[in-house]
Amino acid sequence: MSNILDFTLVDLVEKIKKKDLSSKEITKAYVERSEKSKKLNTYITDDFKNALKKADNFDSKPDFNKKLPGIPIAVKDLFCTKNLRTTAGSKILENFIPTYESTVTNNIWNEGGILLGKLNCDEFAMGSSNETSFFGNVQSPVGEKLVPGGSSGGSASALRAKLTPATIGTDTGGSIRQPASFTGIVGLKPTYGSCSRYGIVAFASSLDQAGPMTQDVKDCSLLLSVISSYDNNDSTSINFKRGDYLKKLSKSIKGKKIGIPKEYRVEGMPKEIEDLWQKGITIAKEAGAEILDISLPNTNYALPAYYIVAPAEASSNLARYDGVKYGFRSKGKNLIDMYEKTRSEGFGNEVKRRIMIGTYVLSSGYYDAYYLKAQKVRRLIKNDFDEVYKKVDAILTPSTPSSAFKIGEKTNDPVSMYLNDIFTVPINLAGLPAISIPAGHDEKGYPLGLQIIGKAFDEQNILNIAYSLEEEINFKNKIDDWWM
Amino acid sequence: MDVMSQKISDYIIKRNENNYEVIIGLEVHAQVLSDSKLFSTSSTKFGAEPNTQVSLVDAAFPGMLPVINEFCIKQAVKTGVGLKAKINKRSIFDRKNYFYADLPQGYQISQYKNPIVGEGSVILDLPLGEKTIGIERLHLEQDAGKSIHDIDPQNTLVDLNRSGVALMEIVSKPDLRSPNEVNTYIKKLRSIMRYLGTCDGNMQEGSLRADVNVSVRKKGEKELGTRCEIKNVNSIKFMQMAIEYEANRQVDIIEEGGSIDQETRLFDTKKNETRSMRSKEDAHDYRYFPDPDLLPLEITDDFINNIKKSIPELPDEKKKRFIEKFNLSAYEANILVSDIETSKYFEEVIENSDVKISTNWITGELFALLNDKNLEISKSPISAKNLSKLINLIKDGTISGKIAKSVFEIMATEDKNPVDIVEEKGLKQQSDPKELEKLIDKVINENPDKVQEYKSGKKKLFVFFVGQAMKASGGKANPQLINDILKKKLR
Amino acid sequence: MTIDLKTVKKISKLARISVDSEKAKKLENDLNSIFEFIEKLNQLDTSKSEPLTSVVDAKLQLRKDEIKSKNIRDQILKNSPDKNKDFFVVPKVVE
Repeated sequence: MSNILDFTLVDLVEKIKKKDLSSKEITKAYVERSEKSKKLNTYITDDFKNALKKADNFDSKPDFNKKLPGIPIAVKDLFCTKNLRTTAGSKILENFIPTYESTVTNNIWNEGGILLGKLNCDEFAMGSSNETSFFGNVQSPVGEKLVPGGSSGGSASALRAKLTPATIGTDTGGSIRQPASFTGIVGLKPTYGSCSRYGIVAFASSLDQAGPMTQDVKDCSLLLSVISSYDNNDSTSINFKRGDYLKKLSKSIKGKKIGIPKEYRVEGMPKEIEDLWQKGITIAKEAGAEILDISLPNTNYALPAYYIVAPAEASSNLARYDGVKYGFRSKGKNLIDMYEKTRSEGFGNEVKRRIMIGTYVLSSGYYDAYYLKAQKVRRLIKNDFDEVYKKVDAILTPSTPSSAFKIGEKTNDPVSMYLNDIFTVPINLAGLPAISIPAGHDEKGYPLGLQIIGKAFDEQNILNIAYSLEEEINFKNKIDDWWM
Repeated sequence: MDVMSQKISDYIIKRNENNYEVIIGLEVHAQVLSDSKLFSTSSTKFGAEPNTQVSLVDAAFPGMLPVINEFCIKQAVKTGVGLKAKINKRSIFDRKNYFYADLPQGYQISQYKNPIVGEGSVILDLPLGEKTIGIERLHLEQDAGKSIHDIDPQNTLVDLNRSGVALMEIVSKPDLRSPNEVNTYIKKLRSIMRYLGTCDGNMQEGSLRADVNVSVRKKGEKELGTRCEIKNVNSIKFMQMAIEYEANRQVDIIEEGGSIDQETRLFDTKKNETRSMRSKEDAHDYRYFPDPDLLPLEITDDFINNIKKSIPELPDEKKKRFIEKFNLSAYEANILVSDIETSKYFEEVIENSDVKISTNWITGELFALLNDKNLEISKSPISAKNLSKLINLIKDGTISGKIAKSVFEIMATEDKNPVDIVEEKGLKQQSDPKELEKLIDKVINENPDKVQEYKSGKKKLFVFFVGQAMKASGGKANPQLINDILKKKLR
Repeated sequence: MTIDLKTVKKISKLARISVDSEKAKKLENDLNSIFEFIEKLNQLDTSKSEPLTSVVDAKLQLRKDEIKSKNIRDQILKNSPDKNKDFFVVPKVVE
């Protein structure tokens, strides 16, 4: 039985279709391992009992035409799930039970997927280490007391620890790709507008995108095909022709032009990352790709611009958590007193910090200097990419400027924490797709990832490049189940 | 038209030696007539049980997103066309951020820097002549819910039925100069929107409310004074009262050497005074920014042209036509076009009837009847069709004006065909000259002394003979014929 | 640009988050170090750049004027921390 956990998502689908495995067997294996892995603190809310029941139901009436027939999947606790508690990692939503389902998760259940439970994340997806969750930090299976990255840290850990065969996260500034890089998995942030935001607890509306986190590129292609859809409940959803990414997946990248941006060669970047990047370049070249040096001159300004735009939108998006309609409420002498206490007690420090930043940059007298300025910078950053994409098909960079760090190491220095996202944030600002694939290790043996950035709606291309690199890199990172 | 060159109203506040002019600008919030809300698919119907017309979007549940109602955009553009305004092909929805119990999102989706409709104008018919009031802009926004403070003594109750209903905020330039002009302006605005079918203008149901900006200045000064905004006034009467109070308050402060604080004030309808809403002052930083859940709204020339084609004849044009085509006075035309239902009624009546008589009967008898019964013309107990028939009976001499009045009274209780009423009650006018001659001969014979007096110069007695002849006919005699015959006989 | 305690208090009031003196001090420090980092943007000339509000290069989709949402009062009120049969209940509003 134990080898069930070694199968990829695509393998499992095949085994089920061939009736080598039942949904119940698979679900049971993941439930059992999840039960034994509480120490990682990946689940905020599990739905194991229901999952097993649903697996039974599937097996009694199987539909093998589905893309995820009877496959159990745990998801980040930012997706609203009907009748199952959804917290966004926050005390303010500690007891919130949605009466509705997000479009993205609904797409998964419609294709036969079975919900295992809700995975831990940074509070309202604000964080890069999963240390801001009200439900406690998540441990990385890679090593004890190591952060899994964030904000989709629970998703990354759960996948890497084999507590779910695949998962989904959300990425506002790197929240899929950075934890993917830290834990040695594949994570993709789709083009803005590919996956519906309907039913996802909002952090920064103009940047948020859901995306797959998987064991390999094939799994990623499959899951992306499932979750990407046009949704008329989301005004920013784009109606473009979505292909079957798995069917069209190809290792042939001959003649593809791949750009290497000089601005990503930052000061103080560890040599291992520099080497890893070089390795990626070499592999791509050997596979027939053409490598071009390019420049994205405004890269340096992306992070400060992001720390204006994202908090500004968040400060407004989080205004609805006021203790009136749902969630936590603290007692107050009057309405305003109730608001102030509720929000002070209900939100954690990082969330409050960002609400404060956002409130400030939008406030009268500062709007032009900060928010408007950041929007202009955002335009310049997007222009950089538009310009470069006249010459290249994709861009290759490291995913993060460092490997995973210890729990507590950066919690007292917000700026050093923010710097984690320096390579991922520009992509969100420009609304582009990007994938992080595991590519090597640092000297401590911690995983490191490479990021491939594509043109808008060109997910297939970056999946193909990733697929090609993945084979050559042949990433191996044994996990010793230290927590069990 | 330049406002300064127009006839200025005579509303002046005098204090000591000083004459003060009152400057008023209105922000009218008009509820868009639509079935569903601006960004959600819940009903906008008035009067439902609390919280029964609330969707997950309206209550701002996590992850819920706005999707715009096309019809509301059309309605706004239509209104813009009716206000002779510039339609902006690109407009942007912004978030206006503030906390309140009946604002579930913690922000209102509105349009700040780029509204859907730009500058336009409204023409007012005032006693001193026409005056053009400038429109600054019109934008779309969401309504808030309702906080109820008087059911539970300890708590406030929140009903979100209104939350998310589409409003048009129509902002005037500070061109209004008196409570009376405000009255005329609101009525005109309402009239235009009712013609267009974009807002029902029902103030009792809150479909039309206004924030009133008031400032004062010494007559002759060019600079505007500091203004105060009186929030959310929901009847014309209260607007007038609030302006009157507020203008006088400001004049008093200035006369005492003080200065006006720019602030938001509330009109207390019980005490008939405005007072400062200080508790809201600190929350006045609305932190507007473009709503990232929505893309910029772009509309095409085709979209606008199709709406333009659907615009009905509006009150100003209708008035002009009534005056030119039917020879009505400006006063009559104004009355008949001011309300769309009245104009519809009028046009239905005159389709088959004499315009002059119709005008007199509608503005006279019918309005008196409606006024008496406190009814809208759409609920008139006498249909336009039957009134038209009544007028034809007068015109062709079948009945006299006097008989017509009694037939009208019968019609007011039951909307019956006046032809039938006249038939049943035998009210047909006597127009046979031979019959009438007999009748008149009888009157003359019975009053020889009066005939004598008349012939010796007391011409006033003619009326007496007419009265007697009418009486003898039971009021049915054709008065014109009676006149003619009497004149002949008494010569 | 430095953010002082008074500004911290003002923002917290706007954001409706009560902040005690100790927290305010900490926030003051954090915000200052974050804004020091953000100030880097001032090095960049953006005078010729149009602000970008949406990366999506598409037209806003319009919805038909149809009532689809029915009475779901029970669902709407279900998660509220204080409610009665008909209404959300909040502490008295003081004007």
